[in-house]
Amino acid sequence: MALAFPFSAIVGQDEMKLALLIAAVDPSVGGVLVFGDRGTGKSTAVRALAALLPVMKVVNGCRYNCDPNAPASQCAQDCTARQGDHAVKGHKAPVPVVDLPLGATEDRVVGALDLERALTQGEKAFEPGLLARAHRGFLYIDEVNLLEDHLVDLLLDVAASGENVVEREGVSIRHPARFVLIGSGNPEEGELRPQLLDRFGLSVEVKTPTDLKTRIEVVRRRDAFERDPEAFLEHWKRQDAKVRRKLEKAKDHLADVRVDDHALTRAAELCMALGTDGLRGELTLIRAARALASLEGAEAVEDAHLQRVAAPALRHRLRRNPLDDSGSTTRVERAVEELFAA
Amino acid sequence: MNDDRAPQLSPWADACVAAALVAVDPHGVGGALVRALPGPVRDRWLDLLRSLLPPALPLRRLPAHVTDDRLLGGLDLAATLQAGRPVAERGLLAEADGGIVLMAMAERATPSSIAHLGAALDRGEVILERDGLAMRLLARIGVVAFDEGVADDERAAPALADRLGFHLDLHRITVRDAIDLELDPETVAMARERLREVTLADDVIEALCGASLALGIASVRAAILALRVARAAAALDGREAVEAADAALAARLVLAPRATQLPFVESDEPPADDDTPDDPPDDQEGEEQEAQPEEVQRLEDMVLAAAAAAIPEGLLAMLRLESLRRSGRSAGTAGAFQASKLRGRPLGTRRGLPRAGARLNLVETLRAAAPWQPLRRQERPRPVQRVEVRQDDFRVTRFKQRTESTAIFAVDASGSSALHRLAEAKGAVELLLADCYVRRDRVSVLAFRGALAELVLPPTRSLARAKRTLGGIPGGGGTPIATAIDTARDLADQVRRAGQTPVVVLLTDGRANVARDGTGGRAQAHADAMRSARSIGETGIMCLVIDTSAKPEPKARELADAMGAHYLALPRADAAMLSAAVRSTGVLEGRR
Repeated sequence: MALAFPFSAIVGQDEMKLALLIAAVDPSVGGVLVFGDRGTGKSTAVRALAALLPVMKVVNGCRYNCDPNAPASQCAQDCTARQGDHAVKGHKAPVPVVDLPLGATEDRVVGALDLERALTQGEKAFEPGLLARAHRGFLYIDEVNLLEDHLVDLLLDVAASGENVVEREGVSIRHPARFVLIGSGNPEEGELRPQLLDRFGLSVEVKTPTDLKTRIEVVRRRDAFERDPEAFLEHWKRQDAKVRRKLEKAKDHLADVRVDDHALTRAAELCMALGTDGLRGELTLIRAARALASLEGAEAVEDAHLQRVAAPALRHRLRRNPLDDSGSTTRVERAVEELFAA
Repeated sequence: MNDDRAPQLSPWADACVAAALVAVDPHGVGGALVRALPGPVRDRWLDLLRSLLPPALPLRRLPAHVTDDRLLGGLDLAATLQAGRPVAERGLLAEADGGIVLMAMAERATPSSIAHLGAALDRGEVILERDGLAMRLLARIGVVAFDEGVADDERAAPALADRLGFHLDLHRITVRDAIDLELDPETVAMARERLREVTLADDVIEALCGASLALGIASVRAAILALRVARAAAALDGREAVEAADAALAARLVLAPRATQLPFVESDEPPADDDTPDDPPDDQEGEEQEAQPEEVQRLEDMVLAAAAAAIPEGLLAMLRLESLRRSGRSAGTAGAFQASKLRGRPLGTRRGLPRAGARLNLVETLRAAAPWQPLRRQERPRPVQRVEVRQDDFRVTRFKQRTESTAIFAVDASGSSALHRLAEAKGAVELLLADCYVRRDRVSVLAFRGALAELVLPPTRSLARAKRTLGGIPGGGGTPIATAIDTARDLADQVRRAGQTPVVVLLTDGRANVARDGTGGRAQAHADAMRSARSIGETGIMCLVIDTSAKPEPKARELADAMGAHYLALPRADAAMLSAAVRSTGVLEGRR
């Protein structure tokens, strides 16, 4: 398997990196959409994140990534119950980052009858799909805007319910599938269905760096990586470990971060000023700000945290106004300025 | 060897060097996008590439409409049935590992094939999640894409072009120019061995990055590709370190074809090749050159000069035209020709025979047969190790057909449509766009003024692109309605051939004053317009004429009748009314 480019060696693109870290700290933020120019390191960043994530505990022998500390198992294998009265045994496993490649078929996404066992033993067994593999981890879709519609429908349903229900070829199974959806794409090649857009907690716009120094650095590091991946990884190992520790600490610390009324009011005011639909905007804004506060080791969510996550949390939730030429980012920034200046 | 490379600027020599460099490092340099029609020149180039590529490396041809299972791999039917267990079959991409995938008619490739090629080029592997199989296979490929587009905006997808090192144009090369050059497979083989050892100084990176920025190339990938090309060039020349000449070659072959602006070359330092076609007299200097050491600066200038010299003549004029079309920086023209056949949404499978039109769903069929295998084996007098599939196991896929529609807006941008009216029309188009976008229809915009009708927005689903384009339409000039209708008809025909339903919406005041041949004169212009209108009427393409003049204009009505179109007079049209009116006719929703 190809080695991944180290996360900390990615030059610039701070908003994207921050959004990915926030989603890793608090999965309930609800996914990240990375939209932008070609050749800006979108997929590189996601794959780099995968190499960085701390490990998680998984019930031994469970094909659905069940958590041994969860009160009860819901998975189709019923893994917790099967181990009787003994304490559930678990092992450490990397947090999955599962690729959903374009051209994946429905049976591989949701899972289907295990063909091999059916053919050789005449047994009706279920073979879990990508959704099962992504449970408690990340599901990454490159070129998400080109994904076929029927797969999008399917993802929307599962993402909303946190559960994958399979009813096909005589198999009837349900298993939990809670994952952080990460999508990337280039808006020039087609846009995203509004329903799917809404599913993403944060949305980031990436642009090609235009200043020479940054570009040189990008090319230089890329070249060094390609020449000798092992040495390059070695060189960046410490930096990556630092990010990993920060991430672990932020995860543990998350529950202790206070969100007081002042922050809630601010978030509500901001969403009202922008006229976002529904309450998802507020929720995401607060959660993202809390994750950010936790990453920075703060005790409570402050205005500064809200300001920094406002654009990624809200820019894709504004009502489209085809006659307003100013981009949604500017609109969010304007509202933030007005609100926090007061 | 050296003679072929350095000073010659002949496109054919460049193309040959490019072929050699592709053969040296197919995956590294990404490959080549070759704009050429099939013909002896192209064949000769391909023969050269084939002869240079080490014989052990695969060169696989990719048909334009390759299916995903052949591209990526999938279930091998025969082997699966033989073995009684799923047997995977490698796809084209995995089969071409280490070598080259050859793609004809790249401009017509489907977005999904492009995406798969792009992923393989980026990562050197194929991830397979199909037909109950999950695998990762190495696919370190280079891609040679033949772009056979004729029209200016008929081009290979930018997502692919961005990843291919060389962009060659063989259109202008005649057979006589395409002489054999002294490039031999041994040199290439030696270069391949040397490649890993080639070192590269930091100033080369800086020079290539600086040059790519000065040429207005947005994607960082270009600089990375140029770097790899420079390295391959050094290897090809038998050297262990990248030198200035290699960097200059990379700039010429990789950066120059991607330039979107001419760099400002200082005139006191004559560029490497002394007859640079047209240096702009501008002496404005780039702002980013403060802290660079002299040495780097000189290399960068050299690299830049090499690139500038290779920028084709007339590029500047073309670029100006482009910027008229769109104000954005990195717009692609892809969307238009990615007219993939939507196969419709699979509705699941049902029992049935794979007769005409019905496609056998192999995996489902096997799944249906699977549970019965033990029983069926017992029925047999002699047990056989094969899967028994019977007629009632057959499953065929059902598709829900959804024909896409493409709305073609022909917008009158002439002087007779007052300026604010043009603004309203743009507004209406944007509202309709937003609406089309929700329904996933495509839209396209033609603007006509002066003697021309120009396709300012090829059919697209991207609201972002559409908006940017509309913002840049200039107004003023005569009203060439005949030309506008003809152009709209051609486009509608194209859309129809792609299996979609076109709808033409003509926004005009109906007062034609430019005839088809571009000359003035109201009478002739109107007669021409009527003739064009009748001809589009005969094709049965659904049309809508929106009369934007202050008072309803009888001529617009006449036009509409001749076109067999719905007619709408919207004198004080504001954008919202206009879009509501168009929608209320149900034309756009008409054939769903």
